[in-house]
Amino acid sequence: MSSIVKHHVAHHFYDGHQESSSAKLGMWLFLVTEVLLFSGLFVAYTVIKTLNPEMWAEASKTLDVTLGTVNTIVLITSSFTVALAVRAAQTNKNGEKNKQIVGLLVFTIACAAAFMVVKYFEYSHKFHVGTLPGPFYSYEGLEGANPHLFYGVYFLMTGLHGIHVLIGMGVLTWITIRAAKGHFYEDYYTPVELGGLYWHLVDLIWIYLFPLLYLV
Amino acid sequence: MASETAQGSFWMPPEASTFAGDVDALFDFIYWLNVFFFVAITGAVVYFAIKYRRKSDDQLATSQVGHNTLIEAAWTFIPLLIVIAIFVWGFRVFLNQSVAPDGAYEVKVTAKAYLWQYTYPNGAVTGELFVPEDTPVKLVMSSEDLLHSFFVPDFRVKSDVVPGRYTTVWFEAPDPGEHVVFCTEYCGAGHSGMMSKVIVLPKDEFQERLEKDFIDGDIPPAEMGAKLYTSAGCSACHSINGTRLVGPSWKGLFGTERKFADGSTAKVDENYLRESILQPMNKVVEGYPPSMPSYQGQLKDVQIDALIAYIKTLK
Amino acid sequence: MATTETLDHAQEVSYLGAKKGIMSWLVTIDHKRIGVMYLASVLATFTLGGILALLVRAELWAPNITTEAGEAVGALFSADVYNRLFTLHGLVMVFLFIIPSVPAAFGNFVLPLMIGAKDVAFPRLNLASYYVYVIGTVMALYATIAGGVDTGWTFYTPYSASVSGPVVMMVMAAFVLGFSSIFTGLNFIVTIHKMRAPGMTWQRLPLFLWAIYATSIIQVMATPVLGITLCLLAMERAMGVGIFDPALGGDPVLFQHFFWFYSHPAVYIMILPGMGIMSELVTVHARKTIFGYRAIALSSIAIAVISFLVWGHHMFVSGQSVYAGMIFSFLTFLVAIPSAIKVLNWVATLYGGSIQLNAPMLWAMSFLILFTIGGLTGIFLGTLATDVHLHDTYFVVAHFHYVMVGGTVVAFFGALHHWWPKMFGRMYNEFWANISAVLFFIGFNVTFFPQFIMGSQGMPRRYYNYVEEFEVFHKISTSGTWLIGLSFIIMAVYLIQSLRKGEKVSANPWGARSLEWATQSPPIEHNFHEIPTVTEGPYDFPKAGGKKAH
Ligand code: HEA
Ligand code: HEA
Ligand code: HEC
Ligand code: CUA
Ligand SMILES: [Cu+2]
Repeated sequence: MSSIVKHHVAHHFYDGHQESSSAKLGMWLFLVTEVLLFSGLFVAYTVIKTLNPEMWAEASKTLDVTLGTVNTIVLITSSFTVALAVRAAQTNKNGEKNKQIVGLLVFTIACAAAFMVVKYFEYSHKFHVGTLPGPFYSYEGLEGANPHLFYGVYFLMTGLHGIHVLIGMGVLTWITIRAAKGHFYEDYYTPVELGGLYWHLVDLIWIYLFPLLYLV
Repeated sequence: MASETAQGSFWMPPEASTFAGDVDALFDFIYWLNVFFFVAITGAVVYFAIKYRRKSDDQLATSQVGHNTLIEAAWTFIPLLIVIAIFVWGFRVFLNQSVAPDGAYEVKVTAKAYLWQYTYPNGAVTGELFVPEDTPVKLVMSSEDLLHSFFVPDFRVKSDVVPGRYTTVWFEAPDPGEHVVFCTEYCGAGHSGMMSKVIVLPKDEFQERLEKDFIDGDIPPAEMGAKLYTSAGCSACHSINGTRLVGPSWKGLFGTERKFADGSTAKVDENYLRESILQPMNKVVEGYPPSMPSYQGQLKDVQIDALIAYIKTLK
Repeated sequence: MATTETLDHAQEVSYLGAKKGIMSWLVTIDHKRIGVMYLASVLATFTLGGILALLVRAELWAPNITTEAGEAVGALFSADVYNRLFTLHGLVMVFLFIIPSVPAAFGNFVLPLMIGAKDVAFPRLNLASYYVYVIGTVMALYATIAGGVDTGWTFYTPYSASVSGPVVMMVMAAFVLGFSSIFTGLNFIVTIHKMRAPGMTWQRLPLFLWAIYATSIIQVMATPVLGITLCLLAMERAMGVGIFDPALGGDPVLFQHFFWFYSHPAVYIMILPGMGIMSELVTVHARKTIFGYRAIALSSIAIAVISFLVWGHHMFVSGQSVYAGMIFSFLTFLVAIPSAIKVLNWVATLYGGSIQLNAPMLWAMSFLILFTIGGLTGIFLGTLATDVHLHDTYFVVAHFHYVMVGGTVVAFFGALHHWWPKMFGRMYNEFWANISAVLFFIGFNVTFFPQFIMGSQGMPRRYYNYVEEFEVFHKISTSGTWLIGLSFIIMAVYLIQSLRKGEKVSANPWGARSLEWATQSPPIEHNFHEIPTVTEGPYDFPKAGGKKAH
């Protein structure tokens, strides 16, 4: 396992540098589109909250801050380990760090899975008591007008974020498999780096979602 | 252009509100400015195309000038100044269009698919808007279902009518007359039929008719019904010639057997018609959407009788 | 022109013949083939949208009235069918035709050639973008067959949230098409940044590419917002979330803000590539260096930036506050200035040129005239007081057809004639090409000019029936569409003819200076034998009596 597979530069690039810097620029642009995708939801959040301030404050209290905090810590940790994985790939000379890369990535994926498990418990609790969007809302513990709107926004935001976590898990798994085969080393680690960037974004969005939904 | 204002011009409909003239003056200004730029640009293009036409295959350009700071600065800043002037002018007229004077006569407007309904301070309800001449009138508008938009071309007045909130427009009509109202926010099948009228009356006549809730009791019922057919908004959804619109045509309706969505049947008589107008959801004709609004509280008994009398005449 | 292969290389196998069979097209990652596939697709969707437009106009031939004798005349379609027709016309033209048209067809084909690259940065993403486009198209067609939607291309709530029909499918189709657009834009930005040949500095970048670059920025930044908006609408319909429903505590006007936040920048996604084409057409066919290169390049970027701040001008009468209206009106005027600069620079470019009145130049001149009318009428709409009267009337319909059809579509056909010999290595019949261009110009004005007049007279848009005083305008307008149709039938005939029997052309039939003309026509599979080194700008044409050799 400690050997490397050399990467071939695609035919239309002059050299590996042009290739990797193109890929990186492309990734940054993609991240911009992701941020803008979420920004629409943040605007919806702001508008709905401004229209219904009391209901919002009340409904937001029904979220479990402990679980939210746990998830935040889990994601921050995973961000850290994925950064270490990128670092390991960058300094991987002859494949001696293949194992280390794989280990860090697996740990990151495990964190993501833990996040999803916690989310599963949160969601199933909501399904159970009926704090759901729109016509599915059946909870009776809240008094403000239209509390279902809060849950509409909650499920849209955390749902879209959850989908991103799942996609991130898929991408990281693919990178892990390639890392195990020794595809990444000091001269070629673009996929690890880009996967890491994507994962940081997923974390970053959660860092905004958590206070906005749970704490405000 | 705007010389024969009262009749309207080539570009604009008649000017029938106090600020229509202000809007048209600005329109004319932009128009002539545009004519100037258009003629200049088209003129230059055509002139160059003729003057510098390629006459032989190997003919080269006689000039290769790539830029000229002075000219470029000029045609950046001159248009900029022009549009800033237009902006300021447009905003001032708009402020006047938007803010009703204090003490304007207030009428409440309700829009629903597909009719307009006007409620006066004394509680009278009509399907056409009656207003006194020479008086600022403020409309406080709201919708019961979708977005609609209240547009009176002759007044240069328009505003969306939104469910769950109030929007306003105001105008002052100097002369008696009739002006068409269009719905200009797309609202589905009946959108292009969602019309109404503003009827400007001399002040004393307005008062007189207001006291009688605008019901003209002097004319024969069938004739009053024919008027109500358009003025109450029925024409948006019912044809009188057999064409299918949103609702069934009234042609030959009276006396036929009706089948309803729930499978039951009934014969079309006076009672059925009355019920259809007041509680349309009770019996929904098969094959049609349950989208007819109730006229409970809007049409007085004499008016319903008149409509029934009118429907009976449609063979 | 750049120092590159000598043009007397024996004609080699071109990208068209490099690989054979239908599969070699379907899985190609060659940007030129993908460009050609996009070209064929957008021509098909344009034809579809055009036929829908002909039906729309046919209905409007006469008002739907009852004669003295009690006969109903004038109604070709019911209101429901008409509403589906114009909605579909708008959706097909906007999402299936005009947004992908210039960037994905011509941008794909010429961008790498123009910068001296072998391909775009991400060839596979490029192919993916094409297939995503196909999937979106199929979804849109499915929604049409499954009943069609009648919401207008703007999908305004609450109507779109409550009306029956496959609205969710249509909305998802637009969502998917948005991804295709993002992929293309992202690919082009990276390509322009990273793949330029040695010596191809930003100051030597052809203006078409500056325009494509600005367009791509808007595509990447605005389309995701449309995506999330459409998702919210789909959720609203599917689950009744209530964000746009006042009865449930939501805001009915919020949707409009979302929609126009994308769709106003989108109108510049539509026009900027057309403007880029103009810069190529007026220079090459007048053998004249561009006037004000810098101003044109920077104004593209200025348009891209300011276009994000003006969306509220579609909502002056929506009930937004007077002060919001004020700001949006002001910014709208600011965004008009860069367009004005461009128009004036193109006119100045013609000065002293050697102007050949061939098909590309005729289309370019049509653009100058028609876009000027369209843009100038935008001034009436950006002005608060006059927009109150003109909003949602045929005046707006005429405005946007003058800019979108008179601008972008005209530029598109100009580009088609300009790059046709490069793409297929054959010439078309010049005589019929001129006839078609002139016929279009006449037909277009006959169709849309009367719409300005009836609009300012008060004729609302999206009406399947109208009051009789507008009949004469509608009749003139409808007859114009037949001339437009005829011009396109002529075009279809001579282009198909050219593909089969057209005269073969040399590498550079127009005597142009940009790099795509430095390789043979049609280009070889890898564009250039070796990466060219660029030593001159794209518009360095020789001057009569001057020293520069041809
Ligand atoms: C290609 C697409 C395109 C382009 C380029 C434009 C360009 C412009 N548009 Fe247009 N517009 C649309 C497509 C486009 N538009 C569409 C599709 C709609 C309707 C959507 C719907 O409701 O369905 C619309 C609607 C629309 C509205 C809303 C109208 C309403 O619904 O009430 C407004 C209002 O401000 C507007 C303004 C403008 C302005 C100021 C420009 C400017 O950018 C124009 C700038 C150009 C010039 C000014 C001409 C050239 C300059 C000169 C010749 C020099 C001299 C100039 C001066 C002195 C100013 N447009
Ligand atoms: C790019 C965009 C685009 C283009 C090109 C067009 C092109 C045309 N449009 Fe349209 N239009 C819109 C975008 C566009 N439109 C939008 C966004 C709306 C608003 C929708 C809404 O309100 O929701 C609209 C609405 C609209 C209306 C208003 C409907 C209403 O409000 O009730 C009308 C009415 O006249 C109209 C007419 C036309 C006509 C006659 C053409 C003509 O120019 C079409 C000419 C084309 C042809 C006639 C095709 C012929 C082709 C052939 C014969 C084959 C040739 C084949 C080859 C060349 C391969 N359009
Ligand atoms: C928004 C559209 C709409 C408007 C406006 C409207 N209707 Fe209707 N109407 C319908 C529809 C749809 C039906 C069929 C469904 C039903 O029976 O409720 C209907 C049914 C009827 C019927 C029963 C007809 C039959 O064929 O059995 C009568 C009578 C009627 N309307 C009278 C009126 C009158 C009178 C007015 C105006 C004062 C009016 N309607 C305005 C939509 C409308
Ligand atoms: Cu009501 Cu359109
Ligand atoms: Cu706009």
